[in-house]
Amino acid sequence: MPSWIAGVAKGAASIVVTLLGLLAITFFMGRMLPIDPVISIVGEQADKATYDMVYHRLGLDKTLLTQFLLYMRDMLSGEFGEALFTGNKVSVDLARVFPATIELASFAIAIGIGVGVPLGILAAVYRGTALDHIARFVGLLGYSSPTFWLGLMGLIVFYAALGLVAGPGRIDVAYIDMFEPQTGLLLLDAAMQGEWEVFGNVFRHIVLPGSILGYASMAYISRMTRSFMLEQLGQEYIIAARVKGMSRWRVVRRHALRNILVQLVTVIALAYAFLLEGAVLTETVFAWPGFGRYLTSGLLAGDMNAVLACVLIIGLIFVGLNLLADLLYRLLDPRTR
Amino acid sequence: MSEVLLNVRNLRVTYPGDDGDFRAVRNVSFSLGRERLGIVGESGSGKSTTGRAIMGLVQRPGRIEADELTLFDKQGGKTDLRAMSERGFRALRGQRLAMVLQDPKYSLDPVMRVGDQIAETHRAHLRSSKAEAYKASLDMLNAVHIRDPERVYGMYPHQVSGGMGQRIMIAMMLIAGPDILIADEPTSALDVTVQTQVLAIMDDLVQRRGMGLILISHNLHLVSSFCDRVLVMYAGQVVETCEAGKLHEATHPYTRGLLAALPQLGNRRHELPQLQRDPAWAADL
Repeated sequence: MPSWIAGVAKGAASIVVTLLGLLAITFFMGRMLPIDPVISIVGEQADKATYDMVYHRLGLDKTLLTQFLLYMRDMLSGEFGEALFTGNKVSVDLARVFPATIELASFAIAIGIGVGVPLGILAAVYRGTALDHIARFVGLLGYSSPTFWLGLMGLIVFYAALGLVAGPGRIDVAYIDMFEPQTGLLLLDAAMQGEWEVFGNVFRHIVLPGSILGYASMAYISRMTRSFMLEQLGQEYIIAARVKGMSRWRVVRRHALRNILVQLVTVIALAYAFLLEGAVLTETVFAWPGFGRYLTSGLLAGDMNAVLACVLIIGLIFVGLNLLADLLYRLLDPRTR
Repeated sequence: MSEVLLNVRNLRVTYPGDDGDFRAVRNVSFSLGRERLGIVGESGSGKSTTGRAIMGLVQRPGRIEADELTLFDKQGGKTDLRAMSERGFRALRGQRLAMVLQDPKYSLDPVMRVGDQIAETHRAHLRSSKAEAYKASLDMLNAVHIRDPERVYGMYPHQVSGGMGQRIMIAMMLIAGPDILIADEPTSALDVTVQTQVLAIMDDLVQRRGMGLILISHNLHLVSSFCDRVLVMYAGQVVETCEAGKLHEATHPYTRGLLAALPQLGNRRHELPQLQRDPAWAADL
């Protein structure tokens, strides 16, 4: 399969180029931000000698090109420097906050796919009926309501009033010592260690923010599924399949659905990338110790090391998911092989 | 044509519109035996809609009405298509009635191997195993003169030529052994050089299996040389029915006009006469 290998090679090459671009952009962003990295370390009251020493230690007296090469070396080796507002290394912080976001985003995308795709298909097949209108209304609502508002309302109703779910945070303090986190994905850790009580508590924490984010991505996925599906259902090969005597659902499942998979993969990859970096407000509302909240805190503290590392990670997520989607195309569409 | 396969009396297809109903097919009547019936007419004359109405494929809000729409089987049993549910039609389609569509580029599923698309019809109607359906599909590919059927079975529609695609389409539609094949412009999208080849293959299969064929086309030459009988449609009505060999004796001014507008080999004419339409042709007959 030489064309397949060529495809992967092309993908890898485009990753390298994109990565270089990303590094360049974050590097120059770092130089242009109106924050003096030396002052954020030594403080406003430092004397000239201390200032110069730190200035030299940060390598700011070297040429721009040398600085960029050093920066590239550090970034590529995962050496993001120290986050001043937490006092930890950024890489240590990221290893802690990233799993929290991955868990939340994965929970949400599972809802988005599990509900959104079937709903979009139903709306397309029963186009113009009450079902279609309801599906579209539900989607529009998810599309147009701000998630932070939904989050607050959800907390008021399901946590404060009804007490059905647990409140902000990932886990109640009482449970933290009951198990040994390994992957950082608490649901997975608890399940693997058979700590079902912990699992229940973690689930009660994740279910509300996860559902609210899931609702938003469900709205997007179902809308796109519906329009992709409508396009396919109007094609001649659908009529041909019906002429053969296939039932409506068989035609939808075996023919139409298989033809929209390529487009669907793109949409889902995009929705997932969006969840990984865009859950800032939801994470704030739910005090979720994740990536989005880390990035916001870093920004507010003017902590360049943390912010630039986060921007780089977000870029990497997009590149990675794009490559994954690209590989899936080849698998799903014989015309691209 | 001793034995009647399909009887159509006063078939009407209507689409409701904002300014009144649009009558796409008006009181079309014919009966089909084990023969080749051609339906000719220009775009929008209702010929394709007639074919789709017989297959039960008119989309809502379109309405199908008829005084009679009966399918006869070999034992003389009658099936009234007017009262047929979607589920009932599903059992008929592919097994009793089949249709070849215009362009294989669009009528074959682009992401499914062509062989699997043929086998799918077999499996749906004959409840066959995977192996049986595979075997039958290879036989059918052979029957439509495809060399190396094992290789072609695994190809995708974008990898086959138009002529081959249309032969695959024919195989897919005939594998469950229908009595009636409706071919809706089956060669219009093909190169002229392969048109006759595809028609000959289809004709051969239809003859050998004793099927009835309805060939829908705008090509007068093709229909007159290929079919036994021809219906000429205009504005949703059949304006003339005649033996294909006697098409040149047609009397209706529309048919005469169409014939006169055809170029002829060896007969140089500076300008072909334009068809002069008479509004009276569109009036209800």
